[in-house]
Amino acid sequence: MDLVKDAETATSALTTMWTIRRFEEAVDDLFARGLMHGTMHLSIGQEAVPTGACLALREGDYITSTHRGHGHCIAKGAQLDRMMAELLAKETGYCRGRGGSMHIADVATGNLGANGIVAGGVPIAAGAGLAVKMRGQSHAVLSFFGDGAVNEGAWHEGVNLAAIWDLPVVFVCENNKYGMSMSVNRASKVDNLADRAAAYGIPGVTVDGNDPQEVHDAVDEAVERARAGNGPSLIEAVTYRWKGHSKSDKNLYRSREEIDSWREQDPITRFETAVLHQQTLTESELAACRDAARDAVRAAIRTANAAPDASADELLSAVYSGGKQ
Amino acid sequence: MTATTDTREITYAEAVREALGQAMESDDRVFLFGEDVGTYGGAFGVTGDLVHRFGEDRVRDTPISELGIVGAAVGAALAGMRPIVEIQFSDFTAQAMDQIVNQAAKIHFMLGGAAEVPMVLRAPGGSGTGAAAQHSQSLEAWFAHIPGLKVVMPATVADAKGLLLAAIDDPNPVVVLEHKLLYKQSGPAPQEATRTPLGKAAVRRTGTDLTIVATGVMVSRALEAAEQLAAEGITATVVDPRTLKPLDEQTIVDTVTATGRALLVQEAPRSGGFMSEVSAMLCDSPAFGYLRAPVRRLCGLDVPIPYAPQLERAAVPQVPDIVAEATKLVREW
Ligand SMILES: Cc1ncc(C[n+]2csc(CCOP(=O)(O)OP(=O)(O)O)c2C)c(N)n1
Ligand SMILES: [Mg+2]
Repeated sequence: MDLVKDAETATSALTTMWTIRRFEEAVDDLFARGLMHGTMHLSIGQEAVPTGACLALREGDYITSTHRGHGHCIAKGAQLDRMMAELLAKETGYCRGRGGSMHIADVATGNLGANGIVAGGVPIAAGAGLAVKMRGQSHAVLSFFGDGAVNEGAWHEGVNLAAIWDLPVVFVCENNKYGMSMSVNRASKVDNLADRAAAYGIPGVTVDGNDPQEVHDAVDEAVERARAGNGPSLIEAVTYRWKGHSKSDKNLYRSREEIDSWREQDPITRFETAVLHQQTLTESELAACRDAARDAVRAAIRTANAAPDASADELLSAVYSGGKQ
Repeated sequence: MTATTDTREITYAEAVREALGQAMESDDRVFLFGEDVGTYGGAFGVTGDLVHRFGEDRVRDTPISELGIVGAAVGAALAGMRPIVEIQFSDFTAQAMDQIVNQAAKIHFMLGGAAEVPMVLRAPGGSGTGAAAQHSQSLEAWFAHIPGLKVVMPATVADAKGLLLAAIDDPNPVVVLEHKLLYKQSGPAPQEATRTPLGKAAVRRTGTDLTIVATGVMVSRALEAAEQLAAEGITATVVDPRTLKPLDEQTIVDTVTATGRALLVQEAPRSGGFMSEVSAMLCDSPAFGYLRAPVRRLCGLDVPIPYAPQLERAAVPQVPDIVAEATKLVREW
């Protein structure tokens, strides 16, 4: 799939990236104005990874996501108003206000959930892959996680299970250079995190995570491999988190120059430049993508604000399932 | 603990930091490590500038590897060091549970006393920050259930310092459960390295109508409730066990014997909670004969902590809940 040369795909990719950006800017603003509570992990600057990756997926495929999961959720096709409602602690939110930013899931689109536990989603992805395989389906499971996750035991156990059982899982590492304040170079001795794949006997590749095309190509190949029954792959997408880790971050562990140099690698600007250069889209078509994203986010905030607050009436009765079928 | 002339107001987080600094100054074997404890200064700002004072060797950032962190502390302790680890949220002790439960807690006993594991695990617990179900738990009962672990829950600034210093001195693994909502609270604490002995409860207030036993952030809520109750003509004794393991049963038994009523308040869910243990202990004790009312627990609901602020508040005891429960206990019995 050529994201840059095909007008429809380019429009879709660009709109997704802008939607993620605008959604998170809006959330950042709501938070700053005291209208949103809790904490927040923003993926501004990393939009190309979920966008490029999820374009390789189709209906029935699953993802597992992370604490920094708004982008994954949007790229997998979630409704913005229900996401916003969740963050605003509304009854109409994806989790009825029970989960918040770190637990947004959209099971209908195959998003098995953000996760407050680093690497928590990795073995879960293996398990979803196991279910797919045992049922003889051809779905793929895409597991997003950060560079920090690869040093958790759960990560190694999950990847190994997927490897030995040839599960249809694509492990996508968003290497944004830091796990909170811990730089990836201090946290690991390998040159590329994709090198870890060798330890599990699966393919591993490092790509430019600020280029949705590169991300897409790598994920697409891995997804095909997974669907064909040839097992999991590891993809490391190198990118950068512009904002602080969360609301308490004073950025003491990195320099302003470093942040600025990555801002110059803005995945959205780069993509816009590329599509203009290829004459796939015009300036006004680019503006239309931006506007569409802005309008969608504004509408989501309006809808969410109008919804009823989450209700404390059903706390105890919500803990156990009575069974769905 | 005696009040000293050099007592001043600092925050709970500063008190923890001061204890860490003083312990490292006085004993070369003491060092600390954990996620983001260095330059970042800790997720809640507790370790602060310690890395600048003691260097990256003794204030060591780790990858996100809780099991490895606690395991390395066990190993370093066995080999003669006095490690202190910070687990960023107490919820993530779940990742490290094997090393805490199967290793740290049991090694001294299993080896017939041939080795000891003098380590401290610090971790913040509790709700009230909108961090939802995986970042807000109160897990003290997990640890109190394991023979070999000592468990403390500092509820005041002075105890944040004093209990930690005592924990660092202790030759056993000690789990120190701090509370996120307390970190920014100020209170008096001595400048010098005064220990709060482990296993000794504090009677925070005395009254005649009932005894409220409370842990963690519930101690200050119980005191606030006691203040309001006093205006209604009900006077309460408030006991802060401070150490859950070993528990100062005597102080609890004595104060309940004196008032004849016990209200046990914890943030954690009721089922299998620590206050269930306190309740059973009271019913096994001579205080039973003096009870004028059933021993009552006021606990968090048996639910994961929700994100929405109004739901989060509803999930754990608040001051009005304590007032209402205490009033009922006194008026109805
Ligand atoms: C098991 C566990 N340990 C620690 C944390 C606290 N924490 C949340 S996110 C984070 C950093 C994660 O880094 P990375 O995986 O690189 O993801 P990024 O935040 O960079 O997107 C940490 C330490 C956690 N949520 N879960
Ligand atoms: Mg990272």
